[in-house]
Amino acid sequence: METRIIGKSVPRKEGREKVTGRARYVDDLAFPGMIYGATIRSAVPRGRIRGIYFEGDIPWNEFTVVTAKDIPGKNCVALLIDDQPCLAAEFVNHPEEPVVLLAHADECLLEEARRAMRLDIEPLPAVLTIDDSLARRQIIWGEDNVFKSFQVEKGSVDSAWATADFIVEGIYDTGAQEQLYIEPQGMIARSTEAEGITVWGSLQCPYYVHKALTALFGLPKNRIRVVQTETGGGFGGKEEYPSMIASHAALLAWKSGKPVKIIYDRAEDMAATTKRHPSRTRHRTAVTRDGKLLAMEIDFTIDGGAYETLSPVVLSRGTIHAAGPYHCPNVRIRSRAVATNAPPHGAFRGFGAPQSVFALERHLDRVAAAITLPPDELRRRNFIREGQSLAVSQVIREKVDMARLMDRAFELSGYQQKKTQFFAANARSATIKKGVGFASFLHGAGFTGSGEEYLASEVAAEATRDGVVRIFAASTEMGQGTNTIFSQIAAEALGLGCDRIEIIQPDTAAVPNSGPTVASRTSMIVGKLVETAAREIQAKLFASGTLQPDYAADEFSKACNQYIEKLGPLNSLAKYEHPVDLHWDDERYQGDAYGAYAWAVYVAEVSVDTRTAEVRVDDFVAVQEVGKVINPVLAAGQIEGGIAQGIGFALYENVVWQEGRMVNSQMTNYVMPTSMDVPPIRVFFEEVPYARGPAGAKGIGELPLDGTAPAIANAIAHATGADITKLPITPEMLIEMLESIHA
Amino acid sequence: MPDGAHTIRVECRVNGQPVTLEAFPMSRLLDVLREQLRLTGTKEGCGEGECGACSIELDGALVNSCLIPAAQAEGANIRTIEGIADGAHLHAIQAAFLRHGGSQCGICTPGMILAAANLLARYPQPTEAQIREGLAGNLCRCTGYTKIFESVVAACRHAERPA
Repeated sequence: METRIIGKSVPRKEGREKVTGRARYVDDLAFPGMIYGATIRSAVPRGRIRGIYFEGDIPWNEFTVVTAKDIPGKNCVALLIDDQPCLAAEFVNHPEEPVVLLAHADECLLEEARRAMRLDIEPLPAVLTIDDSLARRQIIWGEDNVFKSFQVEKGSVDSAWATADFIVEGIYDTGAQEQLYIEPQGMIARSTEAEGITVWGSLQCPYYVHKALTALFGLPKNRIRVVQTETGGGFGGKEEYPSMIASHAALLAWKSGKPVKIIYDRAEDMAATTKRHPSRTRHRTAVTRDGKLLAMEIDFTIDGGAYETLSPVVLSRGTIHAAGPYHCPNVRIRSRAVATNAPPHGAFRGFGAPQSVFALERHLDRVAAAITLPPDELRRRNFIREGQSLAVSQVIREKVDMARLMDRAFELSGYQQKKTQFFAANARSATIKKGVGFASFLHGAGFTGSGEEYLASEVAAEATRDGVVRIFAASTEMGQGTNTIFSQIAAEALGLGCDRIEIIQPDTAAVPNSGPTVASRTSMIVGKLVETAAREIQAKLFASGTLQPDYAADEFSKACNQYIEKLGPLNSLAKYEHPVDLHWDDERYQGDAYGAYAWAVYVAEVSVDTRTAEVRVDDFVAVQEVGKVINPVLAAGQIEGGIAQGIGFALYENVVWQEGRMVNSQMTNYVMPTSMDVPPIRVFFEEVPYARGPAGAKGIGELPLDGTAPAIANAIAHATGADITKLPITPEMLIEMLESIHA
Repeated sequence: MPDGAHTIRVECRVNGQPVTLEAFPMSRLLDVLREQLRLTGTKEGCGEGECGACSIELDGALVNSCLIPAAQAEGANIRTIEGIADGAHLHAIQAAFLRHGGSQCGICTPGMILAAANLLARYPQPTEAQIREGLAGNLCRCTGYTKIFESVVAACRHAERPA
């Protein structure tokens, strides 16, 4: 298909505001009479609240104080289920659990007051690890500490072991990871008789916050309004926790009668808000002598923290991605999300898949070693092809050619030559060992299974008299390019320039619910609705006779004016329609898990200094098939940024826990990649248009997090012989492994 | 010596304009710029000098304004992101960031642009190593830095037309 605007790197829609510093983030807003809010947290992992004491030389009568008993509606942060309180009333279940809220006009005095408050909490035995939780000596959630479990069965795993030439087992662990958006979380709330409750803030999902506030206040939906301000990064970290902060700000505003601003400082943000789920995966794989996969048995466990939050959904994606882009006749995946007395873990780009994909791609390198086959050859012999089925028995009907992606990635990275070169060079070098490694993987776009059907997303469009088309959606811009992509899609559909498209800032009083801005769904699912809504505007103009096909831009404006003059508002509403041929069985966890997958092969080259165990990533090649690329600069930016986060996940980002609490909650001791740490990241796209995506696009946002860490881990294993099974690969861990190899 | 419990008057130039600030001597310059002058383009990311989102130029040196006490601004020449563009005419670095995808969520962008401008003032044609080092005090979580490097290279090629 010929396109005018799709496929072009048009500049970021809100870019001018961002490069001039004019973009307004939540902390840049001030309201008359505004005061500041603070949160008093439990500080113990598990206990019973005996008393709340207001001590010290503080004018407590000047403060607005909110506790659980002030909550007018239901004391919960409504999400999937309502198990997480907005403020703990009797029991605390993690060390960052909010108990009391304070507000005052003087930020310095507020901080003094926060320190002067004392919570008397009787400690109860806490559950701090996956093993503790599964041992069930303490039951801290439900009947068995398990939020959710899944079982996927394909073929007959039990009968396959006997026919195997080799059986290879392994256990893989990944740690928590902080999203570390550079803008800390924050909200401003206002409560008035006339308008009800309004919040403005940094968030990904306006309607999640709306749902939470509606339940918390017991108010009708039209008395709650949520407005997204410019958002300085999210990566999943602003999917659910903004509902908590909005609830707190709103309670303080409602009680004080004044606008209340809560901005977390970095330490509070890192310690209290959600992080990537720690995980443990066990693999047992049956394989023939010539490298055909016969059976894969996978056991996947994630640590959900103290409340359910989104853990069942994270677990679902991690489970479905656990067996990768391979055809294996017999697969069993058992998985569970368990409770611990840590702050709830949550969404982080990749959403469970980076954990299970790391385990699989590391494991397959170890399977290849066990049968003395090159790791790429093992993959090639098992790559899924059209007509074959994934672990959840989804038959692949789209065109897929993983071997071609691998060929291209190897050619661009010089993988095979480097393998030979490094073998020789490493023998000569006593200190620096070089290696190359890769990962091959897939990532499903959109909500899993029937998720999109339940979301039933909507997008509206409206044309003005001067021919500007406004797009109304709840999908948020947080840096990933929503505004620009939606403008391109609408402009392409209407035959206009991007400057004739206006994207309305997400505000629940103005935009329909196009669903959460998560799950690599915004371009593919919501973008398609934008295209449909725009086309309907055009169709209405054609039908009214005010516009003829093959029009010029000024004819479009004239037609809009005439239409509105004659017939009234020119608008449209597009609703998601689930494709009739996509079927999902939620009971058996079988069927079409995702409408489309992105496919990729990533190659990492590393140097390891064996004296310090310091790892440098020297080169990174990322080849992916993502459907039609709507904006090449934005798309490459998504992949590059995701790879840098993946490098952090692999090497640097180590959350240190003590009694359920993150103790390194500062940028000085939680280390993310800087400009000195990233290699040249070389990004390449293969474009196979996806019939149901807007102009053929699929989702890409989460993809790069899946393959980066295993490619690096495999490269380190290749360089040093260290049998990596855990992330992050800190120098402390690696040096012990190197010493044990040489011992 | 100023006494920490009372505010002092600080006279300085901000983006070329003389200003008089009234602040506690140990107030963070970041807060004074944002709250008294409403120059909110300077951002707070960490409050401990790690992320560089609050980068400004103080007498030509790139500094983290979260670590600078207001008293230190006395007599200084300060440049913030609001002083980079020439009216509606973007600076070459801003135009390059816009064209080459150097800005995603935008929260690190003002500090990053200050760091890039400061780098190019010192090295008009920087090497890749100089770019990496010059920006190493400014964290970006969105871009993986690649498009930022490309933007800086494009800006010093003087190939940028005003956007």
